[in-house]
Amino acid sequence: MESFSLILAIVVITALAFDFTNGFHDTANAMATTISTGALKPKVAVAMSAALNLVGAFLSVEVANTISKGLVDETGIRPEVIFAALVGAILWNLLTWLVGLPSSSSHALMGGLIGATVASAGFGAVHGDVLVTKVLLPAVAAPVVAGIAAMAATRLSYRVSRDAHGRAADKGHRAGQIASAGLVSLAHGTNDAQKTMGVITLALIAGGTLAPGSNPPTWVILSAGLAIALGTYIGGWRIIRTMGKGLTELQPQQGFAAQTSAATAILASSHLGFSLSTTHVVSGSVMGAGLGRKGGVVRWSTATRMLVAWVLTLPAAALVGAGAEAVTGLGDWGTALVALFLVASSAAIWKFSRREVVDHTNVNDEEPAGVVTAAIAAVSPPPAAPVTEELTASVPAQASPSTTDSATPASPSAAA
Amino acid sequence: MKIDWAAIGSVFGVSLVVTVGLVTLFTLGIAGLSRRESASTRGESAVAATVGASACFALCAAAVAYGISLIVA
Repeated sequence: MESFSLILAIVVITALAFDFTNGFHDTANAMATTISTGALKPKVAVAMSAALNLVGAFLSVEVANTISKGLVDETGIRPEVIFAALVGAILWNLLTWLVGLPSSSSHALMGGLIGATVASAGFGAVHGDVLVTKVLLPAVAAPVVAGIAAMAATRLSYRVSRDAHGRAADKGHRAGQIASAGLVSLAHGTNDAQKTMGVITLALIAGGTLAPGSNPPTWVILSAGLAIALGTYIGGWRIIRTMGKGLTELQPQQGFAAQTSAATAILASSHLGFSLSTTHVVSGSVMGAGLGRKGGVVRWSTATRMLVAWVLTLPAAALVGAGAEAVTGLGDWGTALVALFLVASSAAIWKFSRREVVDHTNVNDEEPAGVVTAAIAAVSPPPAAPVTEELTASVPAQASPSTTDSATPASPSAAA
Repeated sequence: MKIDWAAIGSVFGVSLVVTVGLVTLFTLGIAGLSRRESASTRGESAVAATVGASACFALCAAAVAYGISLIVA
């Protein structure tokens, strides 16, 4: 901690800001079904989830180490690269939150990291096989695995409890749902708070403050845990509404099956060495539980929008990350410019969200028709938005003669 | 590039079996409780249902404890 340069401080603060967005983006994963079935009051649910996230952050450093030691070459990385990566991840998280779509925070982070690394050190610095086996494949597998398990469990559960009615049955299902949601929160804390710890550690290593291969220091663990817990408590109500009400209509019994399947899939996968995105797992299990009940429907339009967001997450965050990296490469004023851009666009997104507030008071309302159309309209811009950001960002970086040709020559020169 | 199909397969298998097992167990417990409730409104006692329900919930609690130990480890 002795030689703590300004850029390193900026990276740490940005990383904690990302952690915060990660928290409120992912509250929905643990608590959306608990809130929508009425098992817990909205405020109580987010408070419980926040506390468990904080506890989870202290439990292990396994995931942090895969981030800081596996995905990209530590040697070629400067703190500016990590800063650029975080800018991409934060902006994508805020944008998807604005339209109320659950997307993977980890994919946003990885996307940003990959984009910034490629812009800085070329394609060679990204471990492509690690990307496919540790990121892309699990992303496809997660919702399928959790969805099928949740569907089967819901079917069986309805069959077994055919003649179980009354208060005891209701209370039982709620208690079970709360317990399994708690387990998801705990697992989320260990997984996602650690991702930020990994990034901060990576930055400290890149900045020369820590020796390569170090474990995260205590203050990093503490601050990352607090940031994610605070974000969780603030609650991403828009996403909670989509996940809890938008995808399908859940009864407590289905909520219990969905949450149990999610907890099991997350724990099994992280124990067996490839971590699944909590968001993907929970979305899959919610849909599976929706399909498992007789007469249950999944709103495929919402599911499709979600899928589009998932596919876009990695490239969009990568583009913003790469653009931000190109600008920070211009020097200190470039870094300042990116920081300013991040703050300004975050403020703009927040301002925009105030037009139609979703909070703990109206989280269980049906999505009004206007919101759905607005969300569809808003989903199409994301591919455009990062591109324009990237263009405006890279235009000053290199006065390219023609936009069509610039893409091909740019990468070899960056790799050299 | 080596895709670890065995790991994916085992995650799939474990998730499916454990989820279905746990949910079934828990629902059986709830069915037991519900039977006890309706028995007591009729003024009868349902020892078997109560014992069965407790056993189911105990097994679920054990599974959760194992889950937490996996998180901690």
